[in-house]
Amino acid sequence: MSKLITVSPSPHIHSGQSVEKLMFGVIIAMLPALAVSVYFFGMGAIYVTLVSVVSCMLFEYLIQKYLLKTTPRITDGSAIVTGMLLAFNLPSSLPLHIIIIGALVSIGIGKMTFGGLGNNPFNPALVGRVFLLLSFPTRMTKYAVAKGFQTPVLIGEDNLDASTGATPLGMIKEGLVGNETVQSVLKDAGIKYGDFFWGNIGGSLGEIAGFALIIGLAFMLIRKIITWHIPISVLGSVFIFTGLLWVFGYEGHSYIIDKWGLNIPYIQYLDHDLGVKAPFHMADPVFHILTGGLLLGAIFMATDYVTSPMTPKGQIIFGTGIGVITVAIRVFGAYPEGVSFAILIMNGFTPLINRYVKPKRFGE
Amino acid sequence: MLKTFTLGGVHPPENKISATSKIVEMHTPKNVVVPLVQHLGAPAKSIVAKGDIVKTGQLIAQSSGFVSANIHSPVSGKVLKIDKALNSSGYKSDAIFITVEGDEWVDNIDRTDKLINEIKFSKQEIISKIADAGIVGLGGATFPSHVKTTLPKGKKADYLIINGVECEPYLTADHLLMLEKTEELFVGTELLMKALDVSKAIIGIENNKSDAIKKMQEVSKKFNSISVQPLKVKYPQGGEKQLIEAITKRKVPSGGLPIDIGAVVFNVGSVYAIYEAVQKNKPLIDRIVTVTGKTLKSPSNFKVKIGTMIGELIDMAGGLPEDTGKIINGGPMMGKSVASTEIPIVKGSSGILIMPENESKRKETEPCIRCSKCVGVCPMGLEPYLLSALGEKSLFDRLESDKVMDCIECGSCSYVCPSGRPLLDYIRFGKTNVGKIIRSRK
Repeated sequence: MSKLITVSPSPHIHSGQSVEKLMFGVIIAMLPALAVSVYFFGMGAIYVTLVSVVSCMLFEYLIQKYLLKTTPRITDGSAIVTGMLLAFNLPSSLPLHIIIIGALVSIGIGKMTFGGLGNNPFNPALVGRVFLLLSFPTRMTKYAVAKGFQTPVLIGEDNLDASTGATPLGMIKEGLVGNETVQSVLKDAGIKYGDFFWGNIGGSLGEIAGFALIIGLAFMLIRKIITWHIPISVLGSVFIFTGLLWVFGYEGHSYIIDKWGLNIPYIQYLDHDLGVKAPFHMADPVFHILTGGLLLGAIFMATDYVTSPMTPKGQIIFGTGIGVITVAIRVFGAYPEGVSFAILIMNGFTPLINRYVKPKRFGE
Repeated sequence: MLKTFTLGGVHPPENKISATSKIVEMHTPKNVVVPLVQHLGAPAKSIVAKGDIVKTGQLIAQSSGFVSANIHSPVSGKVLKIDKALNSSGYKSDAIFITVEGDEWVDNIDRTDKLINEIKFSKQEIISKIADAGIVGLGGATFPSHVKTTLPKGKKADYLIINGVECEPYLTADHLLMLEKTEELFVGTELLMKALDVSKAIIGIENNKSDAIKKMQEVSKKFNSISVQPLKVKYPQGGEKQLIEAITKRKVPSGGLPIDIGAVVFNVGSVYAIYEAVQKNKPLIDRIVTVTGKTLKSPSNFKVKIGTMIGELIDMAGGLPEDTGKIINGGPMMGKSVASTEIPIVKGSSGILIMPENESKRKETEPCIRCSKCVGVCPMGLEPYLLSALGEKSLFDRLESDKVMDCIECGSCSYVCPSGRPLLDYIRFGKTNVGKIIRSRK
C-alpha cells in the first residue's frame, strides 16, 4: 500500500451531534416565545433582543481575540443563546446602554472570566440580569404595557411611568401586604388566568406567554436537547410547595388550621410582622406556575448544560432546590420574583451535587 | 415481545450492507501466519519447528495454562519460520509462518456437510473436546470456551444464553451463520447445555435480523428447551452483561462474572465452532468474516482460514478502494483500525471494514459543555465525562472509586459527544493504569 491511512482508537463513527446543532436547537425552541413577545411588545421586543444578541456576540469575539488571544469561536451559537436569554429576562422598555451593560456582564464576567464555554459556574444570562436588577432596580421592574406595535420603544428616560405597569407577581406582593385578596388584586387590574397563558400581561420579554414556552419545552424534549428532569422537578416542586401553602394558608381554609390545631410558623411570623390579625393570603399553585419567570427559568435557564448537574438524580435535586427557593423568595422574601436568584443559588451547588450524586450503576 | 437492556445505549446507523451476501468459502491462501496469541490469557506454546510438515487440523501450538487455548494448523504444508508478525493492535508478536503445500487433513476430521444430531458424548468428553479444539469466544473477546464451560465449584448455571445479537453496525457474519447453519447451531447449543448442566437455553437476536429470527424460531420448535428471544435494536446489546439483563433481567454485579448470577453466554460463532469440534472433530481453523464498507465493490461474508492476510480478503471483495482512509479489524464501534493489510485473520476477527477518507478523520475537539449525554448513553451507568477528565489528569484513585473498571469500552460516550471529545481514549488510559495498580496489590 502506497498511501497513508488513518489509525485511531475506536469508536470509528460519530453521531454527528455538535455543539452548534444543540445551540441552534435551543434558539429554535425560543422562537415561539420571541414571536409572542413581538406580538405584545412590538418593536421594543425586537430591539432589546437584537441589541442583546449582537452585543453578547461582539463582547465574546473581542474578549477571545484581544484579551484571551484565542481563536474566536462565536459561531458555536452559545453567545447567541446567552444574548437571547438575557433579552428574555429584560423589560421591552429598557434603554440601550443598560442592555449593553447587561451583555458585558453576562459574557465578560459571567462566562469569559471562568474560561469561556463549558467552564462558567453560573448561568451567564442570569448573572447579567441580576446585575442589572440590583443596579437599575426601577428600570428593571417597569414593564411596558402591552400594546403590540403601538407599544412605545423607551430608549430615553422619559415617560417612564406613563405607559408602564407592574407584573402580576408584583401586584400580588403589594396587594397582599395591603390586606387585599389575590382575587381582588387581579380583578382591579383586569387580569384573567387565560392572560397568563397567552401572554397578555406585563413582564420581561420571554416570560409572558406560558403556551409559547411550553411549545419550546416540547420541541427540546422531542429533539432530545434536554431531558424532563430539570423542568419537571422545578415546576413540580413549585406546584407542591405553593399548593401546601395555599391549602393551609388560604383565607377560606383557615378554619382547617383552627380545627386541626395546626400551628404553622409562617402564620405567626406574618402576624408579628404586620401587627395585624389578618388571614394569610396565598395565590394558588397555577398562578405561581404561570406568572413571573418560572416557566422561562425552568425550561430555558435552569436547563443550561454547563451550570446544571450531570446525572438525572442530581438534576432532580437541583430542580427541586430551585422550586423551593423560588417559592420561599416569592412568598416570604422582599422581591416579588425569585427564579433568577434560585437558579443562581442552585448553580452554586452544582459541583457539589456532581461530586456526591452518582448515576444508577449497572448492577445496583 | 421485544426485550432490551435498561441503562443507556445508542442507535448508530446499522449499515448491514452485506446482509444478503451468502457465505462464500475463500480459497486457501499460499501462505498463512498463525499468531500464538489469539485468545485471552497465556500465549500458546509452539510445538513445531522450522521445516516441519503439518497437516490441516494438526496441533501446532499448545495451551500453556488453564486460561489459554490450543492452536491448530489451518492448512497443510511446511513451517517456514517462527517469527514476530504484526497484529491488529499494531504490535509484533510470535507467530508460526506456514507455506501451503498440498491438502492433507488430519484423519478423523469429518469434512462433509452432513448434520449430526445425535449427542454421544458425556459432559466431560464435550468439555475436553472443546478444549482440544482450541475454541475461544468468537464474538471478539476470545475467552477460551473450555474455561467457561468448567463452572467454578459451588456455582450453578440456570441459563445458557446464545448471543446472536451482532449489534455492531456493518457486521453480518453471525447473521449469515444463523441463516445458513441453523440446525447446527441448535445441536451446538444442546452440547453446551449438556456440558453446563442447564435445562434452559435462550438465543437472543436483534429485531433487524427478522429472517434469522424467523428461521431460528422455526427450527426451535424441534428443540423443547431452546427458545429464541427477539430483541429491540440497541447498541451495545451484544455486550455480555447487557444481553443477560435484556433476556433475564438479572444483572452481573460490578467486578463479577455472569456465572455469579447463574448465566453463561456464548456467541453463535463459538456455538458453531463447538458443534464442529465435538460432532465433526474439527478444531477451530476457520471462521466467518464479514468484509464490508460503503465504498467496497462487493461486500461479502467469507469462510476464511485463520492466518489469511486481511489484504487477500479485501482483494476477494473487489480490492481496496482508491479513497480508503481507514481499515478496521472488527466493527466501527469497537474494532481496531490497522496500519497495514499484512495482518492475519485470527480467531477473534469478525469483520474487516473499509472506511472512505471522508469518514476516517475524527471531528475537531471542542470544550466539554457538560450536556451529560455521555452519562445518559453509558450502558454501565458510569460518568464518562468525569472518567475521561480524571484519566487526562492521571487521578487513578478517583478513577477506581468512580468504577472505571466497569467500563466495557463500547464507545457510546465518544459516539454521542457533541464536542467530539476523545472520552473513551482517556478512559482506556485510566483503565489500563488502574488495572495495573489493582494487579500489583495482589
